[in-house]
Amino acid sequence: MSPFAAFVVKETRHILRDRQTLAVLLLLPVVMVLLFGYAIRTDVEDVRVLVADASRDARSQDLTRALASTTALRLVGVVANAGAVEPALRAGEADVALVIGPDFARQLARGTAEVLVVGDGVVPNYAATAQAYVRTVVSQWAAEGGGPPLVRTSVRMRFNPTLASQNLFVPGLLAFVLTLVSALMTAISIAREKERGTMEVLLVSPLRPAQIVVGKVAPYLALAFVNALTTLALAAIVFGVPVRGSVTLLLAASLVYVLASLAIGVLVSSRVPDQRAAMMGVLLGLLMPTLALSGFVFPISSMPGWLQPVTNVVPATWFILVVRGVMLKGAGLAVLWQELAVLCGMALVLLALGARSVNDRIE
Amino acid sequence: MSVPDSSLPVPDLQPAVWARDLTRTFGDFTAVDAITFEVARGEVFGFLGANGAGKTTAMKMLTGLLAPSSGEAWTAGFDVAKDPDAVKRRIGYMSQRFALYDDLTVRENVRFYGGVYGLTNRQIAERTQSLLARLGMERLANDLVGRLPLGWKQKLAFSVALLHEPEVVFLDEPTGGVDPVTRRQFWELIYAAASDGTTVFVTTHYMDEAEYCDRVSIMVAGRIAALGTPAELKRQFGADTMDGVFLQLARPAEEAAP
Repeated sequence: MSPFAAFVVKETRHILRDRQTLAVLLLLPVVMVLLFGYAIRTDVEDVRVLVADASRDARSQDLTRALASTTALRLVGVVANAGAVEPALRAGEADVALVIGPDFARQLARGTAEVLVVGDGVVPNYAATAQAYVRTVVSQWAAEGGGPPLVRTSVRMRFNPTLASQNLFVPGLLAFVLTLVSALMTAISIAREKERGTMEVLLVSPLRPAQIVVGKVAPYLALAFVNALTTLALAAIVFGVPVRGSVTLLLAASLVYVLASLAIGVLVSSRVPDQRAAMMGVLLGLLMPTLALSGFVFPISSMPGWLQPVTNVVPATWFILVVRGVMLKGAGLAVLWQELAVLCGMALVLLALGARSVNDRIE
Repeated sequence: MSVPDSSLPVPDLQPAVWARDLTRTFGDFTAVDAITFEVARGEVFGFLGANGAGKTTAMKMLTGLLAPSSGEAWTAGFDVAKDPDAVKRRIGYMSQRFALYDDLTVRENVRFYGGVYGLTNRQIAERTQSLLARLGMERLANDLVGRLPLGWKQKLAFSVALLHEPEVVFLDEPTGGVDPVTRRQFWELIYAAASDGTTVFVTTHYMDEAEYCDRVSIMVAGRIAALGTPAELKRQFGADTMDGVFLQLARPAEEAAP
């Protein structure tokens, strides 16, 4: 048996023997997909709408009826004065308000009418969605009535017309699960050898540092692949989330992303003394940014200007762009090559740094 | 059992380990300061010194882990600076922490280290069998190492370090945390290995163990302050025990330190 093969066999034995950890790792994507799919829904339902109608003509009342008959919206009142809007929002009696000016009918007759959709900025994500609902209803109403477009619907929603959050969380979740399995588990596994003193013996042995790193990483690569498939399959079967583009491209991008994460795991493990420090290092240094700065939980466009460039150094940012593109828009290499190139570049740099960090430790 | 080697015309006359002016610096700090010594084949060589005296750094250079800053050292017939991989294949290593995997069985541990040192499957099977028989551990072969008592782990770790029949075995404080009776038994294993022709290079904190060595070197502040058989050193320093020799050497260095 070659030294490298012996090492991979040993690593695989460690993983298979620790049944509890293995079960957690295999069930993690299942739990996460179900949790995000059912519980942490960001869909907005039962939006309470207040209409401030200063015009009170046939057209404006028709529009109000259109709002009232939309399932996701609930009309909580119609007032004449726009001054009532702010107190109602402040009191939490309404989530969003539609303000129709006094000369609505005249403006419509002339060609362009303006309405104002006011949201409650205290809950920005919810408000933005609620506003979008109302705007959609208004523009649909305008289109049906043969009138001019009153409010332009945002183009971003074209690819997710129902604004279903299942469609949006899957790419981020994929990034999260892959990061967890590859970076965290690799860092812990290498730190364990240091903690127990076995790393010394491995370094004195004929095994080369690169072989040790690759041997550590290889089994987790396989595990991450299983996790990627589980996540995609569950999302498709349970929530009907589509993969509109090439599955091969998706898995190839996942592979590149996993390599980058594994390299970060190696980097972290070379700088910490034990498993606990490795865990903290990966949680704070990688998993938190992956959750908070990748656009998974918080939209990058709503971050402050100085923070937005920082999101560019988080590998997950690029991975999520690629996955969203492939899954939801059916985009191919022609569209996504830039994001993929950045991701590949990051993986290469991180792998080089990871390999060097292992050599540094010996020197 | 010796590895065929064309680079050495008369291998048996070569010392198992030798160093000449071996030096390692880290920035301004000289961890190992021009040490020169030889270890003969089949010798049990004690490598002593207080913590921070440079023992670990010297050992890292001799095992091919760390490149020397200057001077040279040869281990098992190869230059540690030029051919560390050849050195690594021909030495065994065991540390205080035994380096066995608790979550693997006895057999799996042996198999792993056999594989790492490039033994064939048949060699691994044969040597596992004889190793288990020698240690009287046949019935424990499929038990997890984590369940073995410390003394058994230690013996197993030593036998595993010898599995690939290395020319030199480096033992880094191998008896730390083990009771005196078990330590005594362990030294019997060391003698058995030495009488088979394996050179044993051992560091220890226990001065009674220094008495068991054929020759002893004592490092103080990066230099070899004393080198000889235990009897010679005791005579030279006018001490009854190795403990007395060690204290005389180590104390001035500690007092001189800021």
